[in-house]
Amino acid sequence: MQSNSSLRTPLSRVRGLGSAKSGTGHFWLQRMTAVSNLVLTLIFLGIVISLAGKPYPAALAILSHPLVAILMLLFVVSGCVHMRIGMQVIIEDYIHGEGAKIAAVMANTFFAIAVGAACAYAVLKLSFGG
Amino acid sequence: MAEIKQAARPLSPHLQIYRWSWTMAMSIAHRATGVALYAGTVLIAAWLVAAASGPAAFDTAQAIAGSWFGLFVLFGYSFVLLHHMAGGVRHFIWDMGKGYDPQTRMNLAKYSVVVSGGLTLLVWIVGLAVR
Repeated sequence: MQSNSSLRTPLSRVRGLGSAKSGTGHFWLQRMTAVSNLVLTLIFLGIVISLAGKPYPAALAILSHPLVAILMLLFVVSGCVHMRIGMQVIIEDYIHGEGAKIAAVMANTFFAIAVGAACAYAVLKLSFGG
Repeated sequence: MAEIKQAARPLSPHLQIYRWSWTMAMSIAHRATGVALYAGTVLIAAWLVAAASGPAAFDTAQAIAGSWFGLFVLFGYSFVLLHHMAGGVRHFIWDMGKGYDPQTRMNLAKYSVVVSGGLTLLVWIVGLAVR
C-alpha cells in the first residue's frame, strides 16, 4: 500500500485536479488549439493571398464560398480560444494584485469573445448574403 | 489566511542578470509575438466586418491595407504570425520529450528565425505574384 506522506488526501489525489482546480485541462486545450491553429493559420494565409488586390465582387465570391467560410469560422474559434488562454497565462504571470488580476482575466475573456463574435458574424453575413 | 509579508531580501535573479542567448531571446519573442497577434486580431475583425458592411467600407479597408503603412503592418503581422507558429512547433518537439540537449535547443531557436523569415518572404512573393 502506498504511504500517504503528502498533505493531500487520497481523495484529492485521485481527483487529480491539483490546487488550480482544473488539472491539466488548460495546458491541454492550449496544445489542442495550437495543433488546429497550425493547420488553420496556413489555410487563412492562403485565403488572404487569394484575396490580395481583388475588387469587392471577387472578394465576396471567395469569402462566401461555404468551404472558405467554414474554415474561416474554425480559424476564428480556434484562434480566439488559444489567444484567450495564452493571454490569461501572461496576466497570471505579471499581475499580482488579486483584484486587478481577476479584472484583467475577465477583460481578457470579454475581448476574446467580442473579437470572435465580430469575426463570426461578419463571415456568416458574407456567406448568407445579407 | 494570513497576509504574505514581503521580506526585504534580494529577489531571485531576473532578465537583467542573464547574458542574452538565442533560447532566451526566442522564448521572450514567442510571448511577445503572442501578445502582438492578440492585439492584431482587432484588425482582422475590422477587415471582416468592413467586408460584411458592403462595397464602400470594404474599399476603404482595402485602401488602408494597400497603403505603404498598411502593407508595413501586414508584413510585420505575417512575420509575427509565422514566428509564433515556428515557436509553437518548437514547443511540440519539446512536448514529445525531444530536443532538450544544449546544441539542439540552440539550433531550434535559430531555425525558428530562419524558418519564419523564409516563410514570410515566400508568402509575400506568392501574394504579390498572384495579385
